[in-house]
Amino acid sequence: MEAQGPEGEIVSQLWIFDLILLIFLVLTAVISLKVRDLLSAAMIFGVYSFLICLLWTGMAAVDVAFTEAAVGAGVSAVFLISTVLRTSRRSSD
Amino acid sequence: MELLKAIVGGMNYWIFIILMMIGLYAMITKNNLVKKLIGMSIFQTSILLFFISLAVKEGATIPILHHDQAHAKQGDHGEGGKHSDPSHKGKEAASAIEEGKEKPSVSHAGSSKIDPDRFTNPLPHVLMLTAIVVGVSTLGVALSITQKLYTEFGTIEENEILDQLKSGDD
Repeated sequence: MEAQGPEGEIVSQLWIFDLILLIFLVLTAVISLKVRDLLSAAMIFGVYSFLICLLWTGMAAVDVAFTEAAVGAGVSAVFLISTVLRTSRRSSD
Repeated sequence: MELLKAIVGGMNYWIFIILMMIGLYAMITKNNLVKKLIGMSIFQTSILLFFISLAVKEGATIPILHHDQAHAKQGDHGEGGKHSDPSHKGKEAASAIEEGKEKPSVSHAGSSKIDPDRFTNPLPHVLMLTAIVVGVSTLGVALSITQKLYTEFGTIEENEILDQLKSGDD
């Protein structure tokens, strides 16, 4: 079942990159929910979307990846930031 | 090493469960409406992670045909089994691919066939593209409702809004 050749080496080493991305994914999710400044939470959520975009590029889903980069990291972050700027910036939890 | 491979092979699914529970926790327990919506987005993204993980194959590449693969297919179909000579007739490659898909029994040479095991499954990708767009539209509608609530009540904390509603009833 082992993949052969130089491409197989790349495939067998790629899970380390995936593991680092997944760890950072959970970290950014927790931090964006824990931080009390809502503008910081919106920016860290943008980082979360960009990390999951990188993860999808590694999983060979390039169409989903650039849609996520445009829509998730771009439009969602702009929506969140505009809402935070039009309402209050502090959060109680 | 086998145990490590088993854990790493299901790694995406573990993270999917963790992210889903983080999002659900935030939607239930957070008091701020923007925090609730961030939790909802994390929940949706975890579902996307599950479905994209279903499409991954070992050693497969992105589901896009290269130029030489299209030429091989065209030469195979056009000559009826003679699958050499990939150097000519480049302009009708796309239509020849479609014809070859409609009648695959004509092309019987195994060497020039397109192997589906070498490409990831594109069907979950297409479904999750729809889910991403639906997710951002629900986020936009919910954030606009949050802004309306702020102009109405002057706060985006859920308990304060409920207190104002209760005191307004009395």
